[in-house]
Amino acid sequence: MPNKIITFAESVNEALIYSLKKDKNMICYGLGTTDPKNIFSTTKNLESLFGSDRIFDVPTSENALTGISIGAALNKVRSVVSHQRVDFALLAMDQIINSAAKWHYMFGSNSSVPITIRLIIGRGWGQGPTHSQSLQSLFVNIPGLKVVVPSNPQNCYDLLVASIFDPNPVIFIEHRWLHNISSKVIKKKKYNLNQNTLKILSKGKDLTIVSMSFATVESLHVVNKLKEEGIYCELIDINVLKPLKYEKIINSVKKTGRLLVIDTDTNICGFGSEIISVISQKIFKYLKKSPIKLAMPDVPVPTSYGLTKDFYYSKNEIIKKIKILIDCKKILLAESFFKKQKGFHDVPGTWFNGPF
Amino acid sequence: MEKKILLKLFSALYKIRFTEEEISRRYNKGKMRCPIHLSTGQEAIAASLSLIMRKKDFAVSSHRAHAHYLSKGGSLKKMLAEIYGKETGCSKGKGGSMHLIDTSVNFMGSTAIVGNTIPVGVGLGLSSLIKKKNQFSFIFFGDGAIEEGVFYESVNFAILKKLPVIFICENNFYSVYSHLKKRQPENRKIYKMVNSMLIKSYFSNSFDPYYLYKFLKNKINLKNTKSGPYFFEFTNYRWREHCGPNFDNNLEYRDKKDYNNWINKDPLIVLEKKINLLKLKNLSIIKKKIETSVLSAFQFAEKSKFPKKSEALKGVYAK
Repeated sequence: MPNKIITFAESVNEALIYSLKKDKNMICYGLGTTDPKNIFSTTKNLESLFGSDRIFDVPTSENALTGISIGAALNKVRSVVSHQRVDFALLAMDQIINSAAKWHYMFGSNSSVPITIRLIIGRGWGQGPTHSQSLQSLFVNIPGLKVVVPSNPQNCYDLLVASIFDPNPVIFIEHRWLHNISSKVIKKKKYNLNQNTLKILSKGKDLTIVSMSFATVESLHVVNKLKEEGIYCELIDINVLKPLKYEKIINSVKKTGRLLVIDTDTNICGFGSEIISVISQKIFKYLKKSPIKLAMPDVPVPTSYGLTKDFYYSKNEIIKKIKILIDCKKILLAESFFKKQKGFHDVPGTWFNGPF
Repeated sequence: MEKKILLKLFSALYKIRFTEEEISRRYNKGKMRCPIHLSTGQEAIAASLSLIMRKKDFAVSSHRAHAHYLSKGGSLKKMLAEIYGKETGCSKGKGGSMHLIDTSVNFMGSTAIVGNTIPVGVGLGLSSLIKKKNQFSFIFFGDGAIEEGVFYESVNFAILKKLPVIFICENNFYSVYSHLKKRQPENRKIYKMVNSMLIKSYFSNSFDPYYLYKFLKNKINLKNTKSGPYFFEFTNYRWREHCGPNFDNNLEYRDKKDYNNWINKDPLIVLEKKINLLKLKNLSIIKKKIETSVLSAFQFAEKSKFPKKSEALKGVYAK
């Protein structure tokens, strides 16, 4: 397959096409799957390629449609169920938590539930309290689920194919602000969810940054800028929050002794807290400074342009935390660089015209 | 033909009745350490359907599932071992009475949340459509599930896609101790309301298993995959308490007259009378045979071992 530059949304689309070709019984549905906008273009052309038996729009019945994917899975029909907002999937929590997550365990491993539930996190443009939650920690808290958070087109493609062919229920969380990011995607022959749990995106000796999803994009900007000033951060992008292998994070913190965790979820009992907890319990003596967590306040997301102004942490806030961790008191060039960046705070870039 | 069917119905019903009553007799010894929801008195529907459902068809059920599991041909030994929490149980001791499964006969699972398996059953129906196989999906649930949103979502989808799904509502009038009239408008008939969603919808009582069998045979066309979906409401009555081995008339939540009325219309007696009229075989021989096999299944369950403690931490993910 040619390795071309594609967007994150296109990588979702191509992963779906690859999987639907590979498994002739696989189905793909969710509200908007076959509508003119195709769930932010991610389900484009699927219906014409694979037919309306396998690719279809659905009634607004999130709970039943999740249960339906479980039933289909019991007869070896894999599903990808898409929700345009993670918040909508809350109507399906009985099926996700009581059924999908537990089915394999509570029936003594007699059957399994290979389903992939795509949940899109919204942000900005007044999405507000119930259209922009980051609920990955909630799903990580449920035994039996796998939770996947891609951060770029390459890992999105790899992880989505791996999720679809994993024999377990997978919560696949896409940040809406990632959909337009583009990069080269190299296609492999084999995909395995257990092997791609995290990736070190940047090597460094000064401190370890652990991030995920859109937070990784923001971190990467900061890390690259700080390199110009001789500050080298080790950036670890977590792609599979559960089940996660901690070795690489442990080894990195052993090396740097300093840890910053950046989460898109809320501050309390979040995944970021879990990382700090594991590190503190396992390698406390290696820590040179108290670890720091940057996450969202324990508050619903407000709507108004005025209220969201400084609601999300900025790149300079990331730098501020880094400075505390590495005991740096001087003003950095990176700080003034990011300060000068103009534009609206509620869109990922001026080019972004929605759909939101 | 009629004789054969009567005897089959009797065997199916008596097997469930004797199993449930034997659970009840033994439960207070404290060896079955999980909640149980017995079907005593409610067996006619499962017994009749045991002659209708084919092995290849799917079935799912709810917390009160013993009868449905057995009517689909599920292993009695494995069911009892599961209730006893043994490693030989159908769910290896991880599910208990409320989580029964026997995939060898396509009984795909029963779960403990009201309405929870209704969409799962619809999904099994959808899988038949995708695989282009003639396999119907039988979904058992109670009158309480009619009050869950997921019921309407599921029926709507089944109708929309014309799925080979058969919804079976066993209306025993009570959700735990709460009577239907406290939960649904008194003059509304469940099957009529569901019928307005544009699904073939039927009603019957369940006093006479033979009548019920003929009724079902007449209404359901399993040969035509496109004939579904169907909805059935059957009234029946739970003799014992909602959860547990005892009678609970001391709680006085049920009308005594009602109770006696239902007990006096025991479907097992109705069947027995019919069979005796035809001067068929001596039923006591059939009964004895069933009792022996049920008792040996209890013995199997009691003698089986508990799973190793370490198994508790295994089997979270499929490999």
